[in-house]
Amino acid sequence: MTAFSLVILGIVLISALANRKRTWAGLRKGMTMFLNILPQFLTVMALAAVFLYFIPESAIREHLGDRAGVQGFIVGAGIGSVTLLPGFVAYPICAVLMKQGVSIVVLAVFLTTLMMVGIITLPLESKFFGTKAALLRNLLSLIGAIIVALLMGVSYEWF
Amino acid sequence: MSGSKPDNKKTAIGYAPFFAFLVAGICSYFLKWTPGIEMFSRFGEFVGEMLLFLPLVFILIGLIDVWIPREVVMKRVGAGSGFKGALWVTVLAMLFAGPLYAAFPVALMLRKKGSSIRNVFIYLGAFSAMKIPMVSFEIGFMGLKFSMLRLLFTLPVFILIGILMEKILGSGYEMRELSSLDGGGSVS
Repeated sequence: MTAFSLVILGIVLISALANRKRTWAGLRKGMTMFLNILPQFLTVMALAAVFLYFIPESAIREHLGDRAGVQGFIVGAGIGSVTLLPGFVAYPICAVLMKQGVSIVVLAVFLTTLMMVGIITLPLESKFFGTKAALLRNLLSLIGAIIVALLMGVSYEWF
Repeated sequence: MSGSKPDNKKTAIGYAPFFAFLVAGICSYFLKWTPGIEMFSRFGEFVGEMLLFLPLVFILIGLIDVWIPREVVMKRVGAGSGFKGALWVTVLAMLFAGPLYAAFPVALMLRKKGSSIRNVFIYLGAFSAMKIPMVSFEIGFMGLKFSMLRLLFTLPVFILIGILMEKILGSGYEMRELSSLDGGGSVS
């Protein structure tokens, strides 16, 4: 987080040198967006703190950790495919879960299905592309997400 | 994500759960109620670093918005159905934030402008998995290694999905007209 924060601050600086007025407009736009999501973000993190108090770390490790096997993978893919979560909610939760010992494969399959597969938005997607194309895209995306997650699980330890 | 000003009443309701949690946390400290103290300190642990990092990512999103307006990129994307078109739609997809369903109308517009079926679905794939604002969150919270590996594996996957979509759907396939959606009602 620290290194990346410095990169963003560098970008802000370059932007300010190029055009101060425009940079100010961008900063205001960004901060407005941040203030709009802040209550939602705080609520989600408070809920996470309460839930994680009741679910012991050992249970999380057992069901979603490195030795959880297929079961944890299916849970991750299932939740990811069905739910609709914006990135600013999903990533903080996953960061917390990573610290609690949830495996990379489970987190990867959850995040990739969350991004690429949308069961809830299927009716909406069908309106735009037709039922066949919408179903096909979601099916292919699910298969693709599973492949991506498995590859990540295998390769994550290499680097 | 729009830059509209939040109205005060809605904001107050939005913060209500957090304030309830805050009050419960403070009471726990006074009453020495251990579970409450533990939940509250865990919350502080989760949120502390993130509250410094989150605004920065949103500032980045804001800067992209003012420096590269969506309309400008849309104009450049034009009628590219080949490899170059695929590259342009990927760039377009990477620049802006939003949920996947926000990309559906844009995908339709791309098709209208002459993008191939393949490129339209490459656009959707790139939008779902490679948006710079989202990747920024990812790098911050999951680490650079996680993010880079995911991008490395996802890129070929959605190019392949685009190719497969075009092959399987065939030449007879056509997307809906934008105008035919207006009467739909439930599309908002």
